Amino acid sequence: MITTTGLTKVYRSARSRGRHVTALDGVDLHVREGEVFGVVGQSGAGKSSLIRCVNLLERPTSGTVTVDGQDLTALAGRGRRAGRELRKARSSIGMVFQHFNLLSSRTVKDNVELPLEILGVSGQARSRRALELLDLVGLADKAKAYPGQLSGGQKQRVGIARALAGDPKVLLSDEATSALDPETTRSILQLLRDLNQQLGLTVLLITHEMEVVKTICDSAALMSGGRITESGTVDGLLATPGSRLARELFPVGGAASGPGRTVVDITFHGETASRPVISELARTYNIDISILGAAMDTVAGRQIGRMRIELPGSYEDNVVPIGFLREQGLQAEIADGDGGDAKNHRTAGAAAAPEAAGTAEAARGAAPTVPAQQTAPAKETSK
Amino acid sequence: MTWSEMQPLLSQGTIDTLYMVLWSALVTIGGGLPLGLLLVLTDQGGLLRNAPVNKVLGAIVNIGRSLPFMILLIALIPFTTLVVGTFIGPTAMIVPLSVGAIPFFARLVETAVREVDHGLVEAVQAMGGSIPTIIRKVLLPQALPSLVSAVTTTVIVLIGYSAMAGAVGGEGLGSKAVTYGFQRFENNFMIATVVILILIVTVIQLIGDGVVRLLARRGRAAS
Repeated sequence: MITTTGLTKVYRSARSRGRHVTALDGVDLHVREGEVFGVVGQSGAGKSSLIRCVNLLERPTSGTVTVDGQDLTALAGRGRRAGRELRKARSSIGMVFQHFNLLSSRTVKDNVELPLEILGVSGQARSRRALELLDLVGLADKAKAYPGQLSGGQKQRVGIARALAGDPKVLLSDEATSALDPETTRSILQLLRDLNQQLGLTVLLITHEMEVVKTICDSAALMSGGRITESGTVDGLLATPGSRLARELFPVGGAASGPGRTVVDITFHGETASRPVISELARTYNIDISILGAAMDTVAGRQIGRMRIELPGSYEDNVVPIGFLREQGLQAEIADGDGGDAKNHRTAGAAAAPEAAGTAEAARGAAPTVPAQQTAPAKETSK
Repeated sequence: MTWSEMQPLLSQGTIDTLYMVLWSALVTIGGGLPLGLLLVLTDQGGLLRNAPVNKVLGAIVNIGRSLPFMILLIALIPFTTLVVGTFIGPTAMIVPLSVGAIPFFARLVETAVREVDHGLVEAVQAMGGSIPTIIRKVLLPQALPSLVSAVTTTVIVLIGYSAMAGAVGGEGLGSKAVTYGFQRFENNFMIATVVILILIVTVIQLIGDGVVRLLARRGRAAS
């Protein structure tokens, strides 16, 4: 639905010649129809530039953007002004903003009508459609209010209603929940999820909050230094050994309680995650298992997430139980047990930003990773 | 000078002053609003970014603002004669008054429009809005309270200018004050004109503030 290839954006400073900032450095993004796709990254990673390049609010320096089969970069024309074709294409891409960007001089209903005015819809049809949309976002009773009289969450609902006015197939969300408190964030995310499912809306959102990705995204990409370092479905990322995004989404902590113990990080994903493997493990091998930390969620009846457990004895003693876990289709990694891999990874992420997560990890020599399908214990990866 | 002598002079003066000020205010808005908008739009980062045009417009506005009004009044006599056919009388005065006020008003418009949150412009761009749409639906409505303030200030400046114009062949309270109050030492008449001018300025300021308050009430809680 949204495809970018080799997208580059370089900002040149007008004042000091020669100084320029590369905000996007060859971004290839692919968002499938009907999915909620989250792009996460720290501020300055290029997320904002990316989403603004998708509807060409920012003109990419090079690369192409295709939305719903239409090459927008080809429509762009020259100069800063957007031609008629591009404006028409934009009207079928909804966008919501962090600071809502509602016109304070217009009522809620008139704000929702604005895109329809631009589309040239007649007065009565506009009014009807605006009320429908306000009903859809649960604000039918606020039609006559001014944005100044609404709470943050309500304003964002108006923003969403407005973004939907042109019947878009694609919704871009630029940190839509970042100015909201956690509870309001949840309700807005739920609304986005509902719209995604009811209307088949494809949503591309950028955020710095992992929680957002965990709550509503089907797929996610991690950006740093203007590049996408990891991308895939949330399930797929969890199944990828050493995925930094998976670790940040489901951080687990907890140190070994003493020497001579093995700390194992287990990742639950996909079909495997509905069985009570931990108790099976304890019963089958008659071992005591402590759970040091866990970050689990149940999505659509399946558990996904990560768990850190501690087994008595050294790694050599636990080859068989770990093999058992892997036979269940789980991904089991030996953690170095210094407590809080999430913390480690965050610092690693900041230091080694452009590196792929896997190499960053290998370079640090921590937490050797064994792919899930490799059930036989691999000597060289232990300890 | 008795009241019955003063009264027709004062009322004629007031009518002439209001006539000059109102018409020149209309012309000023008509000329200054587009000029102010262009100053913002052609500026760096503006929607119609165009450095040469911006520099030229800026220079014209600065020259217009730095010329003392008296000088402008005299310098414009040929132009006024060309436009109106004469350079004397209230109608002729509309020309120099407008020319003098347009640069001033344009700067006020520029400041008002610049204050509009760029996010709003971006939101309308994202909806597929063209530049005329952005001006009509975002920039002007959002800047309206500041624009009304700008009009109020400009009208009051025009009242001041019109008094000066009175000294150079214009009509109105200024010219009456000079002729009767100053040159004939009629202190009562002078005081009467000043009081009327104070009243006019106060009323205009009150109306302007009232309108601004009315407009701002809607958006107030937003910020």
